[in-house]
Amino acid sequence: MPIAFENVSHTYSAGTPYEYQALRNINLEITEGKMTAIIGQTGSGKSTLVQHLNALLLPDAGIVHILDRDIKAGEKAKKLKALRGEVGLVFQFPEYQLFEETIIKDVAFGPKNFGCNEEEATKRAKEALKLAGMDESYFEKSPLELSGGQKRRVAIAGILAMDPKVLVLDEPTAGLDPAGTASMMALFSKLNKEMHKTVLMVTHDMENVYTYCDDVVVLEKGQVKLHGTAREFFSDPKKCRELNILPPYIVRMKEMLNEKGFDIPESVVNMKELADYIAKEVK
Amino acid sequence: MAILEVKDLNFSYEEEGKTIDNVSFSVEEGSYTTIVGHNGSGKSTIAKLIMGLLESASGTITIDGIALNNENLAKIRSRIGIVFQNPDNQFIGATVRDDIAFGLENHCVEPSMMDEIIDTNAALVKMSDFMDQEPTHLSGGQKQRVAIAGVLAMKPKLLIFDEATSMLDPDGKDEIKKVIMKLHKESSLTILSITHDIDEVASSDYVVALDQGKVVLTGTPQEVFQQEKKLKEMKLDIPFSLKIADELKKRGVTVDRCITMEGMVNELCRLRSKM
Repeated sequence: MPIAFENVSHTYSAGTPYEYQALRNINLEITEGKMTAIIGQTGSGKSTLVQHLNALLLPDAGIVHILDRDIKAGEKAKKLKALRGEVGLVFQFPEYQLFEETIIKDVAFGPKNFGCNEEEATKRAKEALKLAGMDESYFEKSPLELSGGQKRRVAIAGILAMDPKVLVLDEPTAGLDPAGTASMMALFSKLNKEMHKTVLMVTHDMENVYTYCDDVVVLEKGQVKLHGTAREFFSDPKKCRELNILPPYIVRMKEMLNEKGFDIPESVVNMKELADYIAKEVK
Repeated sequence: MAILEVKDLNFSYEEEGKTIDNVSFSVEEGSYTTIVGHNGSGKSTIAKLIMGLLESASGTITIDGIALNNENLAKIRSRIGIVFQNPDNQFIGATVRDDIAFGLENHCVEPSMMDEIIDTNAALVKMSDFMDQEPTHLSGGQKQRVAIAGVLAMKPKLLIFDEATSMLDPDGKDEIKKVIMKLHKESSLTILSITHDIDEVASSDYVVALDQGKVVLTGTPQEVFQQEKKLKEMKLDIPFSLKIADELKKRGVTVDRCITMEGMVNELCRLRSKM
């Protein structure tokens, strides 16, 4: 059981007038090696959920099983540093956390903190930056000289430099332009498919979930409403809407065409297949 | 009448290279105009120039008939509201209510009138149930809605959104877009939205497309999205219906380039019935 939530609840500011229960009795088991999307409306508890994965937030009730550790409510959590090396968490807008003089130093900061010497940390930083798609010519520049998309790559490289087993991304493509989004998603897909990292991603972008993710977890008001494969979930647009999730364009287009008399087979799942089908029908 | 007139505008952050390269466009009073272009095309820089947060190298910006310069800055700013991308950088109050009140207090609005203004604008963005919540316990989307309410409370003539919906969930985006549409239709508020949301662009009145600091395309969404070649050169995203149209073209099927999915579905049904 590598990553699982067992009856987990979390309340912010308990016992104050601002008390707010963000997670209610969560039971969830994430499959190792998969790319899983955590989706749901704003305020549904997505960010709160993923911050439990490296013990930035601790459960008020229940147990979080993460890799070989159990984080239990009411118990003092141990060996958190090692856990945080193994579970890399990338926050929303990570580019705001860049602080070093040069890009290479910024990315090497993590490995150094985890006990690497200068040489090893720099080596890891270089590898991580290359992996994140940053050219070597940038390494000695200040992070402040970069565009928003490049800064985000550097921030993600900072997490990759620690070679985590699990990568947790909180809205990693928010605010990027379409081209930036596509290349960022290709990177996560590579980390998952080729480097076999378990990837969890909080996102609102159903196009990305549809194209890249294996599994989907739907949260609503702090509770898990659904957990299944992305393919299955999106094959039922009515169910998506019941859960306040707008299906991706292609699913909506198929739905609308079918309502108007087309009979598009379920096996049609991408744009090329849809165009092939339509071309046959209208030509 | 144009409420905003940008003429021959130039700006550079560094000595070399122009971020804004001889840009001219105008925004009609009461219109809903979108500015598109990929990251680094100069979109946000233009918003900052309009607000007087940056000073242009040359060119003029006229808002509501007033030329933007150091002398007129206060007058100009009283006519413009802007909502930025990241709500965390614009939340000031201890609670939602305080945050919406902040601008009103600065403008010495009668305390007796404040509650009504605050409540009305909070209701517009559906935050009425959160009035006494602290910002740290709101999600990004909720904070952004509060920011919009705060700006609306100042009754601007021109409301600029600088990728303001990009952090909201699909429902949140829809709600905000509906609020924008409602404001746009029922009041004389002019909307200028800098956005990557291609559906928002398709629903606006007028589009200004930027690439490398230059205005490349202008026109109604229908006009702009017909410029296949230029759009490809700019690497600009296009509505899904046009992606299907492009794929069909490769397969020897020519369809009307409808910019909405509904339009495209009807077009495909029409073609099919002709079979």
